[in-house]
Amino acid sequence: MVLGNDASSSSLSNKNLSVLVVDDDPLIRMLHDNYLKHFGLKPLVVENGKEAVDLFQLGTSFDLILMDKEMPIMNGVEATKALRDMGATSMIVGVTSRGSPSEMQAFMEAGLDFCFEKPLTFDMIDFILKELNVNDDDDTNN
Amino acid sequence: MDLVQLQRQLVEYRTSLYHEGFLDEQYTQLQELQDENNPDFVVEVVSLFFEDSERLLNELTKALEQQSIDFKRVDAHVHQLKGSSSSIGAQRVQKVCIAFRNYCEEQNVEGCLKCLQQVRHEYSLVKTKLESMFQLEQQILSAGGSIPM
Repeated sequence: MVLGNDASSSSLSNKNLSVLVVDDDPLIRMLHDNYLKHFGLKPLVVENGKEAVDLFQLGTSFDLILMDKEMPIMNGVEATKALRDMGATSMIVGVTSRGSPSEMQAFMEAGLDFCFEKPLTFDMIDFILKELNVNDDDDTNN
Repeated sequence: MDLVQLQRQLVEYRTSLYHEGFLDEQYTQLQELQDENNPDFVVEVVSLFFEDSERLLNELTKALEQQSIDFKRVDAHVHQLKGSSSSIGAQRVQKVCIAFRNYCEEQNVEGCLKCLQQVRHEYSLVKTKLESMFQLEQQILSAGGSIPM
């Protein structure tokens, strides 16, 4: 569930958003972590799909999950399916280096809201945050 | 060399790296993430890239030396290298990785070996250039100046 009370999309409301980064590559984890901090967020960072699922099973929920596709133990497609099956309503954004249309389609069908090709850019994060804040507005404007 | 000259030299050098395709937009974004709270961010990320790449290049060499080559394994390594090089903006390395992956799919040993040589070459080029640039930046900082954007 989205936590922000503020209906505007300023970076202040970003601070209330909970974010999870799921990627097996330490360089990408570091990069995405810093990207998100730059936008005023404090992401949690894990190494594979299973850790994300485990967190969810413990009762932690996130507004936004950045999900890599290729990971050991449990990959992004499996993890996304599992999270959706468990009732996760987080915005799940796939981030993948494999860009073929059919692969992205398969990833989307697992339950993603959006799918982007790596590398992540400021514009993509901007877009994602705007989408999140739009949902926020919908919830708070009765 | 005085501070202004050093700064000019840095800007020229950096511009040439973009022009020659060694670096792309992604590297610029990395620089934007660096600030007073995170003053060594770029060097840290690039150092990670160097470590990662060297490990992957060794793995690739080993994998391609095998009697019976596991192309899936080779592809997985190249995939990682492609990902990390594109994330820091090492464009020429990334481009070779794309060709490399095509050869993996075709299970073309010759092509793979050729690409391995190429990617090693491009990697060592970009490593040398980035290290030179960092050295220039250090000189500027030591002289009490700031890094021009």
